[in-house]
Amino acid sequence: METNWKATARFAFRQSLGVLFGYVFLGTAFGILLRQAGYGALWALGFSGLVYAGSLQFVLAGFLAAPTALPTVALMSLFINARHLFYGLSFIERFRSMGRKRPYMIFSLTDETYSVLCGMDELPAGVDKNGAMFLVALLDQLYWVAGSVLGAFAGGLPLDFTGIDFSMTALFLVIFLEQWRGAKSHLPALLGLGCAGVFLLFLGPDNFLLPALCATVTLLLLARPALNKEKEAA
Amino acid sequence: MEFYPLWVLLIAAGVTFLTRALPFAVFGGRRAMPAAVRYLGGVLPGAIIAILVIYCLKGLPAAGGQEAAFQLGALAVTAALHLWRRNTLLSIFGGTAVYMLLLRLPL
Repeated sequence: METNWKATARFAFRQSLGVLFGYVFLGTAFGILLRQAGYGALWALGFSGLVYAGSLQFVLAGFLAAPTALPTVALMSLFINARHLFYGLSFIERFRSMGRKRPYMIFSLTDETYSVLCGMDELPAGVDKNGAMFLVALLDQLYWVAGSVLGAFAGGLPLDFTGIDFSMTALFLVIFLEQWRGAKSHLPALLGLGCAGVFLLFLGPDNFLLPALCATVTLLLLARPALNKEKEAA
Repeated sequence: MEFYPLWVLLIAAGVTFLTRALPFAVFGGRRAMPAAVRYLGGVLPGAIIAILVIYCLKGLPAAGGQEAAFQLGALAVTAALHLWRRNTLLSIFGGTAVYMLLLRLPL
């Protein structure tokens, strides 16, 4: 079958549309936050171009506003992105045939791109699957970068954006509600809430994050037999 | 301090790519994933997001009554919108708009 590049591009663009508005909107919010922390469009381009991980970038904007120790930055990056370890597993076979596109496919595997790629099973005639997957990944990142840079400029306008930082709280709350809904067990979420709450009260807002993360991981490991049993029973 | 933002960028970029590339590097062959890693990957996301919600609210205990009430109110609006329509963008936009409005009320 002959590959039709026009059909491939059209198909990829249509697949990416679901991500377009979300990425432009959230990207803009990130750009504004970054600008408020004192970093402009070039930094927005750098973070969205090189890190390209939504939730983490919001946290990083907070770190830049109130400098946090670099080891904490590294651990936060690791923990917030730990879920990516599992996205990759679904595509180990699939990306093998992608040649020079493979490194970019791995780099750009965000939550949203992952879910779009997972849904791309049926292709119209003439569409090149590898090409379409690559274009979807690329378009998604373009939306995100465009939003971030736009936000960095908007953040410099003489407008009062006070309170826009709540978009980060709202984003995490929404993800939390979605995970709560889909979770087989609520124990991990409750452990996270409990540890973070307790350490926040005892250590204060500037020192609680790292101990809370460590305590949560330790408790999760200790709870493994119980949680595994719960899964078997379900 | 001068290089702080650059370090943050490089560390975050490096660690993020590591988490995305690790499964391809380690399990690209036919090696099986250790049970503990598989387990943590399954339960960590729920726990981390819960911690991040608290992280966003870390100013709450020290905040004044009014500021705390605004945050909790906007949080309730976000949750209510989400439980009602289950539209991520609508919930985030609505909650943020309510918070920004509350801050500007002449109270």
